[in-house]
Amino acid sequence: MPDQVKRLSVIFILVISALVIVRYLLIPPTFGKLGHYRARALEDAKALPVKYAGREACLECHDDVGDALGKSYHRGLSCEVCHGPGAKHVKSEGDVELVVPGKRKDCLRCHQFLSSRPTGFPQVDPLQHNPVKPCITCHDPHEPGPPRAPADCSGCHTTIAKIKGVSRHVSLKCETCHTTKAQHKLDPRKFRASIPAEREFCGKCHAKKAKGSSDIPQVDIRLHGGRYLCWECHNPHNPQGE
Amino acid sequence: MEQLIHQLYSALQNVTGFIYPNEIELQWSILIVIYPYITGLVAGAFILASLVKVFNVKEVSPTYRLSLLTALAFLIVAPLPLLAHLGHMERSYEIFLTPHLKSAMAVFGFVYLWYLMVVLLLEIWFDYRKDMIEWGNQSRGLKKLFYRFLVLFSKDTSSEALAFDKKAVRVITIIGIPSAFLLHGYVGFIFGSVKANPWWSSVLMPVVFLFSAIVSGIALVLLLYMIATMLRGEKLDMRCLDRLADFLFYSIIVDFSLEMLDFIHRLYQSEESIKIISQMVSSRLFVSLIVIQILIGTLVPLGTLFFIKITSLNEELRRLLYFLSAILVQIGIFSTRWNVVIGGQLFSKSFRGLTVYKMELLGVEGLLVGIAFLVLPFIILYVLMRILPPWSSPGPGADENSSKQLQPQTQP
Amino acid sequence: MKKEKNTIKRREFLRKLAEGASAAGLLWLLPEGIAYGVFVSEHAGENAEHYYGMGIYVDRCIGCGKCVNACKNENNVPREPFFFRTWVERYVIFEDGEVKVDSPAGGAEGFPPLDSEKTNKPVIKSFFVPKLCNHCDNPPCVQVCPVGATFKSPEGVVLVDADYCIGCRYCIQACPYGARYLNPQTKTADKCTFCYHRLARGFLPACVEICPTRARVFADLKKRSNPLQRLMRLAEVHTLKPDLNTEPKVYYANLDGEVR
Repeated sequence: MPDQVKRLSVIFILVISALVIVRYLLIPPTFGKLGHYRARALEDAKALPVKYAGREACLECHDDVGDALGKSYHRGLSCEVCHGPGAKHVKSEGDVELVVPGKRKDCLRCHQFLSSRPTGFPQVDPLQHNPVKPCITCHDPHEPGPPRAPADCSGCHTTIAKIKGVSRHVSLKCETCHTTKAQHKLDPRKFRASIPAEREFCGKCHAKKAKGSSDIPQVDIRLHGGRYLCWECHNPHNPQGE
Repeated sequence: MEQLIHQLYSALQNVTGFIYPNEIELQWSILIVIYPYITGLVAGAFILASLVKVFNVKEVSPTYRLSLLTALAFLIVAPLPLLAHLGHMERSYEIFLTPHLKSAMAVFGFVYLWYLMVVLLLEIWFDYRKDMIEWGNQSRGLKKLFYRFLVLFSKDTSSEALAFDKKAVRVITIIGIPSAFLLHGYVGFIFGSVKANPWWSSVLMPVVFLFSAIVSGIALVLLLYMIATMLRGEKLDMRCLDRLADFLFYSIIVDFSLEMLDFIHRLYQSEESIKIISQMVSSRLFVSLIVIQILIGTLVPLGTLFFIKITSLNEELRRLLYFLSAILVQIGIFSTRWNVVIGGQLFSKSFRGLTVYKMELLGVEGLLVGIAFLVLPFIILYVLMRILPPWSSPGPGADENSSKQLQPQTQP
Repeated sequence: MKKEKNTIKRREFLRKLAEGASAAGLLWLLPEGIAYGVFVSEHAGENAEHYYGMGIYVDRCIGCGKCVNACKNENNVPREPFFFRTWVERYVIFEDGEVKVDSPAGGAEGFPPLDSEKTNKPVIKSFFVPKLCNHCDNPPCVQVCPVGATFKSPEGVVLVDADYCIGCRYCIQACPYGARYLNPQTKTADKCTFCYHRLARGFLPACVEICPTRARVFADLKKRSNPLQRLMRLAEVHTLKPDLNTEPKVYYANLDGEVR
């Protein structure tokens, strides 16, 4: 063997054996136990903290809500869908508080009408369905469904409520003009609300000598408008309009 | 991180169609464009060197040692952009520790080590051994010790030993050619084997990479040879230059044919991805692919070289045209790498949309770092040429004052 | 005589070179052995206690994006809309055959009404598709990892070892589904783990736990009866990009052919 090859071989043997030794020293101990990876990585992955505690954990304390929920349309939902990750809440036994969503957008996240949503899934058009009103005034998220009894008139009489909302009559309650039995909310066709029938009804406020603020326009109700009834010219829900 | 997020938001503005949300961040940047470009220069320069030793092309022998040193200088830099790009550079040794043999990338370390230690360094060592012994004898002090160390303190200059050197060089070159093919073909395979990406996934990818490597390597050595000779004040060997240009011409033809084959094959097969790919080629890649890579980087130099071949221009004009063609070829091959690496990431794997790549100026993945990686090999080459002068001019003991600086401006 | 000596030397030299190289190569490979074939993927799960898969009822998804949020919460995924372990896409197929897909912020904030609801271009159908890592049985991402930092667990879950990943991003390129991203905090590849830490404690993955319409079902395929079996029995089952032979373990019920 020529002299130069001997010298080279020494270098090569040194380098290669150094690499091999270093390699044996540095390979992580669990590498290759289960496959071409660090078996320890499995344990590391398992050790990560859990943030969502799961429905069972919630029901241990909130079994009352759970009972109602279990019979409702929302029975398939985990509590944490709406209330957010609850592991800390459970661990701290309630000291860490959870979110209590109550805004319209919280419900609309699922129930806003989108044409991409599966048909049959309950959705509303937020512009038509009681705008600006929090859903939970009529619907109980723990027992959702069409409300059996609307909280107030605007639940059904949306359009009227909308018009009246921007009119001079905004401060008047519906009951000021319409007497309504309690059953109307449950069975509106059978128990109808009253509708004023004569000029004198408007005259309670708008007649010449009627009591009330001087802002209220007053007319002589016997002469004003001839034979017509007030609401044939004035919309009582939007009196100053056309 | 904030800068990244800011960048991603601005990239989001430029997305057309639909891309998967995770695709907005472009994963492989300018650095990964530079890596195959530099590796290609290594392989190409080495294959040029092997023409002399294996195929006995006597005309190009003035470039033999220059090619070897060029290959070495670029090989030293080749892994650096990769390293700089890693999320965890400090863990890069794991690729030697636990190479995953099914991964194309895992082989990188080994191919690289093999090529560096067994092929290039050995060939250079055997080729320069006699000279290094002589230079060691001529110099004094630290310099003497340095050269003595480089030859591993061997002193054997007997004709037997020298004959062995010669044979060793030949044998290593023979091993070296497939190794150079392996080195760059493998880089092509890294891209060609990604089945998820139709722009990359192609059997031709390693072959195209290889031939474009040869093209760029020859063009680079041609440039360096012209510049170095001019700086040394020597006369250019026109026979050598003509022959180099010949090889350049033929390798461009092969390279271009392969690329066109790949192109036509894609069009003809017209697979699921063809719509989004044609959309990409005609919009986002139009300048870099059609104009720079094909027109300026391939057809113009090809036409020029052909024109030189069929006419008999005088030497001066030939030199100028060779020089310009070689520069255009470099630009062309660089944009080839760009179009592969960046192009493969501009369309969504959902085939429904395109995104953009906005290069940073500063930062690790920025333009300046990229330029630095392209300049660095020339600095290393300059140092190597000082230590191991490629031409049998006066030894390094004497050239202290005579050699002028080789400016690293030739990078494209 | 001299020539002969030289050829012997040369042969010897070549032999030594070859021996040296192969010896070095063998030493390198020794710890792993060549116990497993290089090109055949090992099928995990044969001996494991559990083997996991997920089912998705496309026609139950309402696109609320609660799963996307739950995933980000559970797994500390950066909130910015460029990093997702799971996300939801909306498909709109028009009468003229045009297909529009969008996923604003991955669906994490839900979806706005369609533009076309204003433009009146006739739509044939529209639906949501939740996406996540398919935990392929033949995962291309695992194949390309140079160091063994991503792997298939014995339960068939594809995981990333964040302490070992070098951040080369090859796996992100290799994933046909865009399910991986580079975590900007750890600088390592990141992806869905089927909430491996939850599974170990007997919980469902966060996205499954939180899905209000049970569009996602999760199952241990080793159990005799499981919700995934039911899905497979009752619905047309598809996986994504089956032609790539990645063998996904996320099964879609009633998936439209336009989904990629």
